[in-house]
Amino acid sequence: MPASRPTDEPVPSRTDAAILRNFCIIAHIDHGKSTLADRMLQLTGVVDERTMRAQYLDRMDIERERGITIKSQAVRLPYAADDGTVYALNMIDTPGHVDFTYEVSRSLAACEGTVLLVDAAQGIEAQTLANLYLALENDLQIIPVLNKIDLPSAQPGKYAAEIAHIIGCDSDDVLRVSAKTGEGVRELLEKIVRDVPPPVGDPHAPARAMIFDSVYDVYRGVVTYVRVIDGHLSSRERILMLSTRAQHDLLEIGVISPEPSPTEGLGVGEVGYLITGVKDVRQSKVGDTVTTATKPATRALGGYKDPKPMVFSGLYPVDGDDYPDLRDALERLQLNDAALLWEPETSAALGFGFRCGFLGLLHLEIVRERLEREFDLNLIATAPNVVYRVAMDDGGERVVTNPSEFPEGKIAEVFEPVVRATILAPSDYIGSIMDLCQTRRGTLQGMDYLSEERVELRYSLPLAEIVFDFFDNLKSRTRGYASLDYEVEGEQAAALVKVDILLQGETVDAFSAVVHRDKAYAYGVQMTQRLRELIPRQQFEVPIQAAIGARIIARESIRAIRKDVLAKCYGGDITRKRKLLEKQKEGKKRMKMVGRVEVPQEAFIAALSTDSPAEKTRR
Amino acid sequence: MPSALPEGEPAPPDGRLPASSLAGLGSRPFGIYVHVPYCAVRCGYCDFNTYTATELGGGASQQAYAGTAAAELTLARGVLGALDLPVATVFFGGGTPTLLPPDDLGGLVRRIRDDFGLVEGAEVTTEANPDSVDAESLHRLREAGFTRVSFGMQSAVPHVLRTLDRTHDPDRVALAVGWARAAGFEGVSLDLIYGTPGESLTDWRTSIEAALACEPDHVSAYALVVEEGTRLAGQVRRGELAAPDDDALADRYLLADDLLGVSGMAWYEISNWARADHQQARHNEGYWLGHDWWGIGPGAHSHVGGTRWWNVKHPSAYSARLTAGSSPAYAREVLTAEQQRVERVLLGIRLREGHPLDDLTPIGRSAADQAVTDELLDRSAQANGRAALTLRGRLLADAVVRDLLD
Ligand SMILES: Nc1nc2c(ncn2[C@@H]2O[C@H](COP(=O)(O)OP(=O)(O)OP(=O)(O)O)[C@@H](O)[C@H]2O)c(=O)[nH]1
Ligand SMILES: C[S@@+](CC[C@H](N)C(=O)[O-])C[C@H]1O[C@@H](n2cnc3c(N)ncnc32)[C@H](O)[C@@H]1O
Ligand code: SF4
Ligand SMILES: [Mg+2]
Repeated sequence: MPASRPTDEPVPSRTDAAILRNFCIIAHIDHGKSTLADRMLQLTGVVDERTMRAQYLDRMDIERERGITIKSQAVRLPYAADDGTVYALNMIDTPGHVDFTYEVSRSLAACEGTVLLVDAAQGIEAQTLANLYLALENDLQIIPVLNKIDLPSAQPGKYAAEIAHIIGCDSDDVLRVSAKTGEGVRELLEKIVRDVPPPVGDPHAPARAMIFDSVYDVYRGVVTYVRVIDGHLSSRERILMLSTRAQHDLLEIGVISPEPSPTEGLGVGEVGYLITGVKDVRQSKVGDTVTTATKPATRALGGYKDPKPMVFSGLYPVDGDDYPDLRDALERLQLNDAALLWEPETSAALGFGFRCGFLGLLHLEIVRERLEREFDLNLIATAPNVVYRVAMDDGGERVVTNPSEFPEGKIAEVFEPVVRATILAPSDYIGSIMDLCQTRRGTLQGMDYLSEERVELRYSLPLAEIVFDFFDNLKSRTRGYASLDYEVEGEQAAALVKVDILLQGETVDAFSAVVHRDKAYAYGVQMTQRLRELIPRQQFEVPIQAAIGARIIARESIRAIRKDVLAKCYGGDITRKRKLLEKQKEGKKRMKMVGRVEVPQEAFIAALSTDSPAEKTRR
Repeated sequence: MPSALPEGEPAPPDGRLPASSLAGLGSRPFGIYVHVPYCAVRCGYCDFNTYTATELGGGASQQAYAGTAAAELTLARGVLGALDLPVATVFFGGGTPTLLPPDDLGGLVRRIRDDFGLVEGAEVTTEANPDSVDAESLHRLREAGFTRVSFGMQSAVPHVLRTLDRTHDPDRVALAVGWARAAGFEGVSLDLIYGTPGESLTDWRTSIEAALACEPDHVSAYALVVEEGTRLAGQVRRGELAAPDDDALADRYLLADDLLGVSGMAWYEISNWARADHQQARHNEGYWLGHDWWGIGPGAHSHVGGTRWWNVKHPSAYSARLTAGSSPAYAREVLTAEQQRVERVLLGIRLREGHPLDDLTPIGRSAADQAVTDELLDRSAQANGRAALTLRGRLLADAVVRDLLD
């Protein structure tokens, strides 16, 4: 199947828009987008047998380890089609996880068509629908494709009908491929060439290119990914950012195929990258329009909505001395991750740190892991929470992203974010899904049968109820068959209270949580018990309490330690004794003091770790 | 398995000491420790540097041992110079020193007396396993100049002794003490271990009462420590034996202090009680008060004027070093003033008299104030300028030390 790269490849910057095809691959998580991209890289000869590796475009370590795509990747592929023409395809592989939906929307804006990939053994799932709707909003040509037809459990007939039902095509229009074996992939490329419309734009108009990604690279500075709409961008030209009016010299312009390669320029419809030497991605904002300084366009292209953080957590260095390093690391990560927001905060228990906003728990986990790995930091993350709006009796209003700052006193109303959640599952599980949503304060909005056995449930649910362990619960109640997608829809007033945890009468700010009144007691009991297990005995008895305001709702206590002495004969080996003391003192240094109570870092980490966060690694 | 030696800086091959360490030599009591690295069987809990006789050959046999140790004494005499340095305390420990013939032990005492001299009323102790001595051998040891004997009794309860792999018959202890008295020993001490898996509080009471019935002059009671790499550690890890529980150990300690106290024995170090002040183990006091001593034998530790060093661990390596005419020291550390202070506090606090408060930093002194409030340090001792542990403080001594040395 692997082919060699065509010799008469269309030259970037001089490629006729008529032979360009820009498309992305969208799907539910794990349905095989990146594997399909692999086959396309091979079939068009841009990656040879020797350099090929599975999910070639998942370039980050963390993507490879977790086996998921986090960032979209655009690649230019020269494709010698059956009609004798060599086309230039711009393929964008996108992430499937709900936390990274904004990556998908940006990618869609650079394309005229999209491959909607569906696992032939799973059928349509929640993100299949979510991504499909996004594509439809962008008015893209949809090419429905069933993948993994090599699997014995594949049911292509059944799922082709399901897809046809939803997008309104004929089952026979649904292509069947195996990204694993390569079967059907050439046919897919032929269909892309045939069905996806070529880009249209005015080659003579002032240049306008849409920034759809902007990435910081240690070696090259900021790399900006663009799709040219009108006109032409050439190397060694001065460019102008329409929103900021900032001008930069173009140091390099090129295409990714599959590694960056410089070109003379980029013409109408082409997708490529720019390097200007700026060091700060904020000067090269996603959604902005690039034009030339000599012949500037006046009308900006429609931009993107900035992704909005939905989950917040405090990140603190285990070693307080690492605080400046953490700030640097966050700044660096933010260069590639516009969705990551942060501001400094202080915690009496944890010291100096940052309150960070994330798209979801997987995003939080990934940022945290990257900070620890790529920047060699050791971090404590507080329990994630959503954002609350608190209306005060006096008419004032407070926005709370840190539960310990939840106002005391005269509160009129508290508002929490709510999402519109879509759950797809076999109809057998309707009852048990409804039970779950009920306990999570959900309201059923509607229900549709996608086919005889598959149902779509639409719920309105508080975001706080679903970001943590909802998905795992859903999976286990449906034996893995349910999928979930959600989108913030607004906010609602709710009976929310702040539960504080007190050690020896002192509030430990890092443990404060905003919870629904009906769940406050359970939270209090769970936290106090957990802490009793985690905090080592001290020289005195330590009461642990959970409280709402002044009202204690749960209590535990840690008995005083009675023996802490080595009572053995070590003879003259005093060195050993001293080294032991030094080690113990090291350990003591790593303790955080809460009043007089020494709390080991590990206790904070363990007490704050949610039981089952986002989706776990699979490969 | 014997536990690992500390790392340190290399020790010079001729055993030479820094001039700064030799400076005050002779102004402090000087002791000699002789390590005898042999046992008949290895107890499952023990990580001391000891070997069952059949493990070793070559120059490290038990027969050759006294000669090898004597060679190190000669080296010591050379290193310490011509200075008049009579020895205040000698301690033979192990291992089981009494596995060697009394003449070998006596010969080494004589060498010490000849090379260094003994001070008037010097304390000369040997450790002894109850079943490694009899009336005759104790008599000969006494004649050879030993003044004190410390028996490894550990327990009086058969199932506890079995768990500890001890080979002696419980009744043997009283006999041994009787023989030692008959031989004219001035001090008789008993070692006990509490917290052995399966030992009840009543078992422990039985052991203390049995020990007291022997009317010893001195008792050491140690909490069983599960040392890494020992057979006991394996049994605990595999769940065959329960790890000692800290609360139970605290109860055992309180019971021991109570029963010993009632029968007229006073604590003077966390794990040690004596019938009268002059019965306190003076050699060990040298360790606690930072005096000078030379440790003879494989793995033995020495301290002279702020330099600590320790010998190679294995008897074969030890004997090879001395045969080649070089020092058996494996490594050493020359302590900084602050390290010396840390050690002084660390060890001094364990004694009944406690440690002078003016050896603490201001932060340490305010930690001492808090410890007095918390009833870990004694209020009247504080008024006299000393940090001395209360009964509760003794059980939390390591925590107190960490606070005082903050
Ligand atoms: N049998 C079989 N397995 C496939 C096929 N395509 C992909 N897979 C497997 O499905 C899993 C997911 O593949 P990916 O290509 O990483 O899926 P993805 O859609 O890119 O996943 P995300 O980027 O995380 O959304 C991997 O284990 C692939 O090996 C196929 O055609 N047949
Ligand atoms: C150097 S040891 C051995 C002396 C002698 N061989 C004996 O066992 O009787 C001195 C004392 O340390 C104590 N000891 C040894 N190992 C111990 C351990 N793991 N935990 C607590 N005490 C221990 C025992 O009471 C022992 O008598
Ligand atoms: S007899 Fe003493 S030194 Fe020998 S193994 Fe047993 S406890 Fe250790
Ligand atoms: Mg992927």
